[in-house]
Amino acid sequence: MSDITIKIKDRDGVVHQVDAPTDMAMNLMEVVRSYELAPEGTIGVCGGMAMCASCQCYVTSDHQLPEMSYDEDLMLAEAFNVKDNSRLGCQIQMTEELNGLEVELAPEV
Amino acid sequence: MIKTDILIIGAGPTGLFAVFEAGLLKLKCHLIDALPQPGGQCAEIYPKKPIYDIPAYPEVLAGDLVNNLMKQIEAFEPGFTLGERAETIEKQDDGSFIVTTNKGTKHQAPVVAIAGGLGSFEPRKPQLGNIGDFEDKGVEYIIRDPELYRDMKVAIAGGGDSALDWAIFLADVAKEVSLIHRRNEFRGALDSVEKVEQLTKLGKIRLITPAEVTGLKGKDSLESIEIKKADETFDLQVDHFIPLFGLSPKLGPIANWGLEIEKNAIKVNNALDYQTNIPGIYAIGDVNTYPGKLKLILCGFHEATLMCQSAYQRIFPDKKYILKYTTVSGVDGFDGSRKEAEKAVVKSIS
Repeated sequence: MSDITIKIKDRDGVVHQVDAPTDMAMNLMEVVRSYELAPEGTIGVCGGMAMCASCQCYVTSDHQLPEMSYDEDLMLAEAFNVKDNSRLGCQIQMTEELNGLEVELAPEV
Repeated sequence: MIKTDILIIGAGPTGLFAVFEAGLLKLKCHLIDALPQPGGQCAEIYPKKPIYDIPAYPEVLAGDLVNNLMKQIEAFEPGFTLGERAETIEKQDDGSFIVTTNKGTKHQAPVVAIAGGLGSFEPRKPQLGNIGDFEDKGVEYIIRDPELYRDMKVAIAGGGDSALDWAIFLADVAKEVSLIHRRNEFRGALDSVEKVEQLTKLGKIRLITPAEVTGLKGKDSLESIEIKKADETFDLQVDHFIPLFGLSPKLGPIANWGLEIEKNAIKVNNALDYQTNIPGIYAIGDVNTYPGKLKLILCGFHEATLMCQSAYQRIFPDKKYILKYTTVSGVDGFDGSRKEAEKAVVKSIS
């Protein structure tokens, strides 16, 4: 399994191209945290259980993402600044199919 | 003025366990927490979720972990100031500290231990332009006293457990309860969802879904809310609007206490005792940072233990002390209770 490259636009509008491993059971929220692209305490507050929406992001590339779980869907129904392309970063596992993924972090609330 | 030996800010697992370790040293603790109940994130965000990395617990629900900790520290009679946020700290001439909450409650202690996790939980406020004008004038984000709503017209917004639970509770208290959510489905526990469904059929809850509150109206206080449902927009007369969209942690006023902050956390001396740059103020658990820091409950327990030893020496610099094992010495509660290992029965062989 190899690393994939993804582009993450942080909350200040800066785009970061980063490498993410696909063999470490990492999700997008954890990738953002490992590269420190959002301050600690402002992302992944619930640890990745789809229970806080602090890792909400907008998917701007046209990748086929895994289908939304019931938990994620309902958490987004309570989140703010939600758009049609909103997802929770913690629910997006890093897989080879996501090479080239582009996302934007939603504002902190 | 509340006086204690160790004033703990944050009543999550780390803060609670600190009470036990302090109790073994005969030090009394008082805890302050912004949430209305102890347990921190474990109680507020994921009480029904399992934790698998607490030593000797192959699996424990976060809520049960908190209940067990409360039971473990009961005999040490901790004091609690709940639903209030620690706001300011002042050092006194005698070296002690006075911590005042946002409600003006004052606490004095020679040692302060910040066990604040990711910070104090602040409600996530819906983005309605004039919502600030109605705060405490009809808009409340946290229900502190349900009696406030007796015989009132109340609207609750949200789709999680707190929205469901409060809608159920207030159905018997308020004159009218409306529950507004963007979806027809709710995220809360199944039995709560079923209960709301039942109460809706009985006419005790007015369920407005899928809909969203889009505006607030009133002169001196809230008079009505504007609701958008499908393509229709209408006003609903209410005395209170309670948006329950969860809580998000903010380091808050602690950030202005003169403590060294790095990455939203408080820097501590981890080679020694988790003391901050201000002697007498410690930071333990998720709120602190040091090289190699891991935000784990089990690490918080360890940090709490070392903090208490150091606090003891700070409070009693001249007293000799040696670490004791609970199995050997037992546990003497401040309430007069005593727990100890059963003495071996010696039987002679004749």
